[in-house]
Amino acid sequence: MVNAIKLHDSDNVASVFDLVKAGSTVLVVDKKGNSYELKVSDDIPYGHKIAIEEIAVGQQVTKYGEEIGLATAVISVGQHVHIHNIESIRGRGDWAKAETEKGAEK
Amino acid sequence: MSNDKQYTFMGYVRKDGKVGTRNYVAILPAVVCVSEVVESIVHNTNMTQGIIHHQGCCQTPPDLERTTECLIKIGQNPNVGAILIVSLGCEGVDTDRLEAELRATGKPVDRINVQELGGTSRSIQVGMDKAQALIREVAQMQRTEVDISHLTMGIKCGASDTTSGIGSNPVIGYVADKIVDLGGTVMFGETTEFIGAEHILQRRAKTPEIANEIQHIVTRMEDRAKAIGVDMRKGQPTPGNIKGGLSTIEEKSLGAIVKSGTRTIEGVIEYTDVPKGKGLWIKDSPGREIELMSGMAVGGAQVILFSTGRGAPQGFPVVPVIKICGNPLTYERMNHDMDINAGLLTTGERSLEDIGEEVFEMLLSVASGEVTKGEAIKYNKSMDFYMLGPVI
Repeated sequence: MVNAIKLHDSDNVASVFDLVKAGSTVLVVDKKGNSYELKVSDDIPYGHKIAIEEIAVGQQVTKYGEEIGLATAVISVGQHVHIHNIESIRGRGDWAKAETEKGAEK
Repeated sequence: MSNDKQYTFMGYVRKDGKVGTRNYVAILPAVVCVSEVVESIVHNTNMTQGIIHHQGCCQTPPDLERTTECLIKIGQNPNVGAILIVSLGCEGVDTDRLEAELRATGKPVDRINVQELGGTSRSIQVGMDKAQALIREVAQMQRTEVDISHLTMGIKCGASDTTSGIGSNPVIGYVADKIVDLGGTVMFGETTEFIGAEHILQRRAKTPEIANEIQHIVTRMEDRAKAIGVDMRKGQPTPGNIKGGLSTIEEKSLGAIVKSGTRTIEGVIEYTDVPKGKGLWIKDSPGREIELMSGMAVGGAQVILFSTGRGAPQGFPVVPVIKICGNPLTYERMNHDMDINAGLLTTGERSLEDIGEEVFEMLLSVASGEVTKGEAIKYNKSMDFYMLGPVI
């Protein structure tokens, strides 16, 4: 069984270092060596993330115990977590531009 | 912290007291327009390295000053034993100041002017003759044993994937801590890759002022990216990072800063600066390899540790670059470019200390003359200087 590495207690994602097929089961392992099995619902490429908790739209995605983005869709346990369902809150020139344009209309 | 064992390397002690891990004659173009002359001289000589950059004219005055400053600092890098300046004759760089400051180091310096010599072919001939004399002079220098505290290490991660933050960057962090503890100097940069992780670096700043400076350079870099009016994703993280599992700049940054280890951050220096003391320093710099490694060489680094996941092969003209690969699959595919397989940490087959010590040993050996895989195949042309303004 492929391990899914959970780097911090507060993380809601874990990373896999093998190709994982939808429907298979991974072993979620934390830093203390605790582990449990989790069913994967998407194909997960090498090095990518799986949700280990349900994440609501707009909710913080946490890895290394830190914010790595916000969910843009509901993410269920076992789903692939990547650019299709999370977004960065940093370096958002598009947000800054929209703010400026909104200001200009007023 | 006890360090009873003394660690040394065999280096070239320069007149200014700095110690080189290499003994090159730098063929230094004052401007991009003489690249062909420089390349011909380098091709026809031994022990020479061309500093092929793309700056030096038609830039704003601050950027011309920046280019002049970078060229001076590259010539002052202890891995450079002598310098041949190649001037076109009409460049924006202050070539007289460049020559004067390099002569002040006590290193042999010579200079050619392509317009005065009557063009390309004559300049190549005169340049080869002058380079020959410089080579024969520096070739007489011998390596001597010096303490590791003379070492300044630059660090970099490139073509990152998820394994970089878990395999290769922790290994570099281990070595960085060890060098700081032994009295050496470590420089890291890639300010773009502090975005989302700056609060962690700020906690390690020596003073509240330094913590504020970290915030300042991150905000400045982020504002520069935001000014373009688009989401920076795909610029940073790159398409390769994204394929490798890194979804956002925050995720990339949190993995990237691990390579700086855990020690106190002594200060923040500008792109053209040299660290103002021993210990761990931040150099404000972008994430791209060529400008980052040039910034490290400008800062006086005699060796660079370079972490990668997807396989970044870049090397630098006058500084050996040791490649540490966090992805075991990439290491297998690209083992002629990768020096150390840190993927065995990612897979749990080897411990952090085990691989960290292997890298530390290799670092001392490379500092003493061992050739990296990249050096052996002349993968050493990845350089340019980081400019702030437009070409005008």
